Amino acid sequence: MTGALRAVLMRDLKLAFRAGGGAGLGVVFFLALIAVVPFAVGPDLPLLARIGPALVWLGALLATLLNLDRIFSADREDGSLDLLLLSPAPLELIATAKGIAHWLATGLPLVIAAPILGVMLGVEPKALLALSLTLLIGTPALTFLGLIGAALAAMLPRGGLLVAVLILPLTIPVLIFGAAATSAAVTGPMSFGVPIRLLAAISLAALVAGPVAAAAAIRQLRD
Amino acid sequence: MALLDLANPNRFLAFARVSIPVFSGLAAVLLGFGIWRGFNVPPDYQQGETVRIMFIHVPSAWMALGIYTLMAISALGTLVWRHPLADVAAKAAAPIGAAFAFLCLLTGALWGRPMWGAYWVWDARLTSMLVLFLLYLGVLALWRAMDEPGHAARAVAVLTLVGFVNVPIVKFSVDWWSTLHQPASVFRLDGPTIHPVLLTPLLISALGFLALFLALHLAAMRNEILRRRVRTMRMLAASGSH
Repeated sequence: MTGALRAVLMRDLKLAFRAGGGAGLGVVFFLALIAVVPFAVGPDLPLLARIGPALVWLGALLATLLNLDRIFSADREDGSLDLLLLSPAPLELIATAKGIAHWLATGLPLVIAAPILGVMLGVEPKALLALSLTLLIGTPALTFLGLIGAALAAMLPRGGLLVAVLILPLTIPVLIFGAAATSAAVTGPMSFGVPIRLLAAISLAALVAGPVAAAAAIRQLRD
Repeated sequence: MALLDLANPNRFLAFARVSIPVFSGLAAVLLGFGIWRGFNVPPDYQQGETVRIMFIHVPSAWMALGIYTLMAISALGTLVWRHPLADVAAKAAAPIGAAFAFLCLLTGALWGRPMWGAYWVWDARLTSMLVLFLLYLGVLALWRAMDEPGHAARAVAVLTLVGFVNVPIVKFSVDWWSTLHQPASVFRLDGPTIHPVLLTPLLISALGFLALFLALHLAAMRNEILRRRVRTMRMLAASGSH
């Protein structure tokens, strides 16, 4: 069982990091998105520092959603999805492995890049730490909720925008508690512990519900 | 008539032929009476004339939540029980539910401007209702994205069930967070807090909305069944085997 998990995980990571995988693309998009913000709102550092954590969260959300639709559709195109379905490992496990691989390839780089972008936006050091922590705990929820959209769009020729439309409403709680935890760490009055625990709860729930729903969608659509 | 009997499309069409005029008539009478009463109740001591918006706003909110719940049950019908009309029911309900959600948001904005001083505030009830509207639009987008109705039905069913998590959030948002939107005042454990003069037309209007939905929904289901028949016949004709 863990062998299948590791095999799918390593395969997806290799595919993501080698040529044409596009693992780094999410971070580059993230950087580009943050870079255009000062042009839109003006290079006013106090203002940027105030809205900085929210901008970084938005950037992470969009960068995660951007390449979600490839998780299953690439495998469907080259036929490997059929082989994965034929394997004795449960589809939920395969979906979990693919989700973890996707998070390692696109979510984790965003978490690492976030403090650097935060510095560029003039976010204060205390908030930077909180921001990185909330992203570390919150981005898995984005990936695993997105897994459902990826599975639904796997059968469509162009699912990209549709995945974002389907998944964005579901990610609002993640954004609410992520932003609430970050601003609680900087200004209060709420304690940092409450929203961060709720964020962790959402991530854990998504880790369970995402693969199950994604596997159900794939199975239904293959009939 | 049991739900299983209606699985046969011909029986359903026969049922729809009788029930659509009945529900339409009920909707006209109840909505007419409810709205007429609503415009004749004395103005509220605090909200003045704007309280009349309630007779449209509250029933459409109930309908938007109820229709999404119906879609979630239909989704179970598609995925678990494989009821042949479940996906037709879900598909026909989605645009009507989206319309009620939009009506709720629109009348809420018109009510909020004189009462709260703003068309829109980012309060938990309003935000979760907007999310419900977005979920309806997502469901509609997914229906349109796939041309094979069977595939689309199962994909939409999974999405509908995932999105159902939002329905209790809309309902209990006023209890969980301290919102600008008032808490529940009709369905409460200690009884309604609305004066009967206002409550009676509200409930009649809500029954009218329900009858209107049933008439529209049955008509939309009938149209969907006929549309699929036309599609199948065209494909048979195109393949040359009559």
